[in-house]
Amino acid sequence: MKRSLQLLLASTVVLLGVSVSAQLTIPEIAYDAVDPIKLPDNLYLGEAVGVATNSKGNIYVYTRTGNPAATLGTRRTFARNAARLFEFEPSGKFVREIGQDLYGFVFAHTVRVDRQDNIWVVDEGSNMVIKFDPAGRVLMTMGRKPEALIVPGGTQGAGGGGEGGPAPAAAGRGGAAQGPPPPVGAGVPGDNFNRPTDVAWDTAGNIYVADGYGNSRIAKFDKNGKYLKSWGSRGTAPGQFNIPHTLAIDAQGFVYVGDRGNNRIQVFDGEGTFKRQYVNVGAPSAICITPGPQQYLYASNSNPSTSMDNGEIYKMTLDGRILGKFGTAGKLIKEFGSVHEMDCRSETELYVGEITNWRVQKLTLKGK
Amino acid sequence: MKRFVQFLLTAAAVMLAATASAQPVPPRATAYATAPDIPYESVPNFLKLPPNIYLGEGIGVARNSKGHIFIFTRSGDTRLFQFDQNGNFVREIGQGLYGFEMAHGVRVDAQDNIWTVDEGTNMVVKFNPEGRVLMTMGRRPEAIEGLEPTATPVPPAEPYRFNRPTDVTWDPQGNIFVADGYFNSRVVKYDKNGRFIKSIGTRGTEPYQMNIPHSITADAQGNIYVADRQNRRIQVFDSNLVLRAIYDNVGAPWAVCISPGPHQYLFSSNSNPDNNNSLLAAVSGEIYKMELDGTVIGKFGKPGKQLGEFATVHAIDCRNPDELIVSEITAWRAQKIILKAQPPRSSSTK
Repeated sequence: MKRSLQLLLASTVVLLGVSVSAQLTIPEIAYDAVDPIKLPDNLYLGEAVGVATNSKGNIYVYTRTGNPAATLGTRRTFARNAARLFEFEPSGKFVREIGQDLYGFVFAHTVRVDRQDNIWVVDEGSNMVIKFDPAGRVLMTMGRKPEALIVPGGTQGAGGGGEGGPAPAAAGRGGAAQGPPPPVGAGVPGDNFNRPTDVAWDTAGNIYVADGYGNSRIAKFDKNGKYLKSWGSRGTAPGQFNIPHTLAIDAQGFVYVGDRGNNRIQVFDGEGTFKRQYVNVGAPSAICITPGPQQYLYASNSNPSTSMDNGEIYKMTLDGRILGKFGTAGKLIKEFGSVHEMDCRSETELYVGEITNWRVQKLTLKGK
Repeated sequence: MKRFVQFLLTAAAVMLAATASAQPVPPRATAYATAPDIPYESVPNFLKLPPNIYLGEGIGVARNSKGHIFIFTRSGDTRLFQFDQNGNFVREIGQGLYGFEMAHGVRVDAQDNIWTVDEGTNMVVKFNPEGRVLMTMGRRPEAIEGLEPTATPVPPAEPYRFNRPTDVTWDPQGNIFVADGYFNSRVVKYDKNGRFIKSIGTRGTEPYQMNIPHSITADAQGNIYVADRQNRRIQVFDSNLVLRAIYDNVGAPWAVCISPGPHQYLFSSNSNPDNNNSLLAAVSGEIYKMELDGTVIGKFGKPGKQLGEFATVHAIDCRNPDELIVSEITAWRAQKIILKAQPPRSSSTK
């Protein structure tokens, strides 16, 4: 709730201060929407927080479903069960479940598919990024699931899961750096994530992880998962983040970070040098960049789950020029219920996963 | 995940508190002495469950236009079962659903859509007649946000967030009314597409105030009947949520239901307390049949565990006013109740 209030306030400020005049001139993009997903009788989507497609058009949905459960250990609490990964054909026909009962599936956040059709999930409950091969077997893991949950106010000491609080110290985590403490949100250099949110790759295959709610940084790894560097801390200055929530990389290797709590998209080069920011598209909960010679950036100013304000998606050039927008918050088909991830493998064919509507929509944009 | 623990802890605290304080025996409903008895019988062995399926607490019950029966039960998991009109098991709906944690109500609308209200996930979920999710309202708290101390003050009510909601109903235009609930003391009106229109109610005993709006139903004119349980009254509002009447003579309304058709009846259950304590059960447990204007026609039922007795009725389906389905918390069952023609008042006994 604190987050939504914060978002509301922040977006109000931005709307009033910057973008009202700009918005008046933004053309509306016509579009159609369908819910393509056809599930077997005994399966249901929960919150459709993650959606991605592969090169064949197969659709992957990473969803918060089931009954998130905590089991009680001796002065410890173990968490599981609020994430499942489903695969569908382009027609929406159910193919299979991947990673059933996986150790790293605790609280879903996003799924992405790389150029080789490997499937990557980011789980903010297990603090893990997991790479599956196209056949659905685990190829690589990043980060480690804490051995036990931190229970705020419980016997395991302070620390909060919520935004705005200090990063909780995960149980069983070692290797804290010596010397002066790093800036808040910079995290511990390395692979230990704190509620990570998204993953992306440059053309060389280097891996970038948005990390996330607890930390406020972007971490870079080589293609084999070896840590290279990270940048960012909590704050509002260029290069700082307040919930880096979504991540995309263009063909030149520039890194676009949806800095949701700061209502902006920040652009960096692959070494983390700040290049520019776009502050006129609301709170970017989800961004994606189309492939091909002419790339476009889509950004969703998603409505918080507690309101029906905003909800529109912007189409932009990579340098930040707004080409158009479409959509509003709502529960009907073609309306959006807190879009949490977008897939834009094509300029005119987008998939959106919605938190509150428990569904994926396939959007077909008309015109150019 | 941690929410579940929180809930257990909360429930434990509440139970402790309840048993520690002097157990108040509720007074008889004022209409009890004069309301004629309506003869009735319960159909034996009505619901037929497969060997591997059990009901837990019979929290919600509703029928669709074909007479199929939906039971929303607090079982190992909260589960939603469908039976045909003869009580034969048809299927389970929503297995493992993210919106199922602590069942509270199920209702079927005029288009045979099935609506569940879950006070554990704070969600209202609309299924189409085939059992697929059409719309969700409210949002399950994020497990990742962790355990909330049980002493945390209740946050202010918000348009799109419930706090232990209890029930849902609709006016003839399809506007949605949610009773919300244990922690918020209000009724919230949405349009048929789930957009917030207005909300009334705060906690208290004055008109428009509520103390656990526990059940809600509507008549053909779109009047909304709110079972204000702890205030032991039914508040009747028009569909703009303007108060029209208060009925305070039928005890604590745990469950209310209005039958369809040209002559509508209001049923209200003055259920016995849900702690399964037979001492407390002695002064409640009956269901009242009323005219919509509040006139009591009669009563039936008594507390107990046997067939035809009621063990804390939590929901009533009255699609047929002479043939009710009632679900009970502590007996873990639903009964089919046949109401018989009322004898002349002079011959009523007891």
